[in-house]
Amino acid sequence: MEKTEKILVKGTEAIAEAAIRAGCRLYFGYPITPQSELTEYMARRLPEVNGTFLQAESEVAVVNMIYGAASTGKRVMTSTSSPGFSLMQEGISYIAGAELPCVFVNVVRGGPGLGDIQPAQSDYFQATKGGGHGDYKLVVLSPESLQEAVELTSHAFDVADKYRIPVLILTDGLLGQMMEPVSFPDFRNLDDLNDHSSWALIGTNNERAPHRVSSFDLDPVNLEKMNLNRHQKYKKITESEKLYEEYKLNDAEIVIVAYGTMGRIVKSVADKAREKGVKAGVFRPISLWPFPYEELEKWSKTAKLFFAVEMSSGQMIEDVKLSINGKRPVEFYGRMGGIVPTPGEILAKLMELI
Amino acid sequence: MSTYTERFKTPVSLSEKEFTYCPGCHHGIAHRLIAEVIDELNIQGKTIMVAPVGCSVFAYDFFDVDGTVAAHGRAPAVATGIKRARPQNIVFTYQGDGDLAAIGTAEIIHAANRGEKITTIFINNAIYGMTGGQMAPTTLLGMKTTTTPYGRDETKDGYPIRVSEVLKELRGVAFLARTKVTTPQDVLKTKKYIKKAFQAQINNIGFGLVEILSTCPTNWGLTPIESMKWLEENMVKEYPLGVFIDKVG
Ligand SMILES: Cc1ncc(C[n+]2csc(CCOP(=O)(O)OP(=O)(O)O)c2C)c(N)n1
Ligand code: SF4
Repeated sequence: MEKTEKILVKGTEAIAEAAIRAGCRLYFGYPITPQSELTEYMARRLPEVNGTFLQAESEVAVVNMIYGAASTGKRVMTSTSSPGFSLMQEGISYIAGAELPCVFVNVVRGGPGLGDIQPAQSDYFQATKGGGHGDYKLVVLSPESLQEAVELTSHAFDVADKYRIPVLILTDGLLGQMMEPVSFPDFRNLDDLNDHSSWALIGTNNERAPHRVSSFDLDPVNLEKMNLNRHQKYKKITESEKLYEEYKLNDAEIVIVAYGTMGRIVKSVADKAREKGVKAGVFRPISLWPFPYEELEKWSKTAKLFFAVEMSSGQMIEDVKLSINGKRPVEFYGRMGGIVPTPGEILAKLMELI
Repeated sequence: MSTYTERFKTPVSLSEKEFTYCPGCHHGIAHRLIAEVIDELNIQGKTIMVAPVGCSVFAYDFFDVDGTVAAHGRAPAVATGIKRARPQNIVFTYQGDGDLAAIGTAEIIHAANRGEKITTIFINNAIYGMTGGQMAPTTLLGMKTTTTPYGRDETKDGYPIRVSEVLKELRGVAFLARTKVTTPQDVLKTKKYIKKAFQAQINNIGFGLVEILSTCPTNWGLTPIESMKWLEENMVKEYPLGVFIDKVG
C-alpha cells in the first residue's frame, strides 16, 4: 500500500478519511457521542469528493438507508455508538440476510441503557454473537491504534465487497477521541473496485431479468438452502480472514488476551511484568469474528495461564475459554462503566495470579 | 377497433407470476395500474421497487423491475438509500397501512419531508391483512378487528390516522392524492394520480404519494361486492378523496 506522509489526526476523522480513500462515497448517520465527529467530518468532506452525506431521522432509518444504498453495490458506511448500534440491529439482520456489503463503525461507550459516554468494550457479545434476530455473522475488526484503524477501514471495505457481508469496526471512545500521526493510503480508483452489476439493483435497462435483493423465502426448504450457502461463506471467511497480533509469546508463561485499545495497553503490562521476572506476553485478536481460536489455543502448549483483560464484565473471555477448552486456567480482570484500567492495576492483578 | 384481449393485455412491467391476493382484493388493481404507468412513462428499465412487509411482500416478484423487500415500515428509508446512491433510477415503494402508518410512521414522514425523489403507493385497507385482521392505525371507529373485538374505541385505541392530511403539511411533498378504485372512473383517476406521483420524481420536484382506499374482503368478512359498498359508505367519509398537493402541474 502506497502511503502519504504522516499527519496528526483524531481517531474518528482517521477512520472517516480512510473510508473515503477506500472508495466510500455514501454515508448515512445520526449523531451520538463519542463519535459525532465522524459524522461531522463526512458532512464536510463527502461533498468535496462528489459523495453523498445524509443525516437521517434515527439509527433505524440509517441502517435501512445503508441497506438501500448497499443494494446498489456501492461502497457505503455509517458510524454510531452503543445505543445507536442497538437500534440498528433490526436492519443489520436484514442486511446480513440479503448479503449486502457495507461497513459499520461502533465506537463503544459504557452501558447498558444510556450508560455514559466513556470508552467501554461492553458490546462484544452484541457485535460478535449476532445482535439481531436470526443466525448470521458480521466480520468484526478491532484496531489498537489510529494507523491500524486506517488500515482496517480499507480492509473492511474490501472484505465486505469480496464476500458481500457487513463488516463492523468495533472500537471505543479512547481511540475515537485520541490524536496520533498516521499515514493514509492513496485514493482507490473507483473503477477498480469490485463489479457488482451481476446482482445489484441498478435497473434492468430492459436487457435482463430483474435482480432481487432480499433476505426472505417463505419456503423452509429454500430458506434452509439460502442459510446453508451463507454459512458456507462464513466457513470460508473463518478459514481465510482471521487477524491477530502476537507479542512476546515465544517464552511466555502467562498469555494476556485483550483486544482493541485494551490490547495496546496490556503490551506495557507484559513489559513491566517481564521487568519483575514474570514471563508474560500478549495475544491480541484483531478480527473478533472470525475469532482466532486455533491460533490462541496453540499457546496452551507452552503457557501456564491465560489472562483476559477487558473493559466489560467479561465477554471475550468466553471465546478465550472456548479456544483453550479447559487445557489451562483462564483468569479475568475487567472494569465496567467506562473506566479504562491502568497498566498498574492490571499488573497488580497479574502478580496476584502467580 | 381493438379487441378486448388487445386492450387488456398484461402490462410489460408486470411479471408472469400470478398474484397471490385474495379474490376482490384491491392490491391487484393497484399493481396493474402502477405497471401500466411504468410502461407508459417508458421507465421500466430504470425502475427499482421496494416492497413492504404485508400481503404485498411479494410485490417485487409481480413487477418486472429490479427490486428488494424492506423490513416492516422501513421502505422509505431503503428507497432513500437507493435513490441517493442511484439518482438516475426511478425508485418507488409500495406499502400497506400497517407498514406505512404504524411501524413506519417516522420513515414516511421524514422521507416526505426531505422531499426525497421517490414515489410511494399507499394501500389503505383499514386493517392488517397478512397477519390476519388486526387493528391498523387506519381502522375506523367502531370497526371490529381481531384486536378490537368490541369495535375500535377512541378512548382506548385512539383515532384513525388520516395519513394524507398529515403529510399535506410537509413542504417536501410534490404530489399527494387520496383515491379509490371501486368504479371504472375511479380507476382511471387513480392511474392519472399514480402517473403524476411518478412524474414528480422524474421531474425531480419532490416526494409523491398516492393513497388508495382498498378492500380486504377476507379480513373484513365481506364478499368482494359488499366490500366495495362498505368502502364507499364508510371509508370515504373518514378519508375524503381528492388531490392535496400537486406541484407537477
Ligand atoms: C417488525 C415486525 N413486526 C411485525 C411483523 C408482522 N407483520 C407482517 S405484515 C403485518 C401487517 C401488515 O399490514 P398492512 O401493512 O396493512 O398490509 P396488508 O397486509 O393489509 O396489505 C405485520 C404486523 C413483521 N413482519 N415485522
Ligand atoms: S388478506 Fe386482505 S389485503 Fe391481504 S390479499 Fe387478502 S384481501 Fe388482500
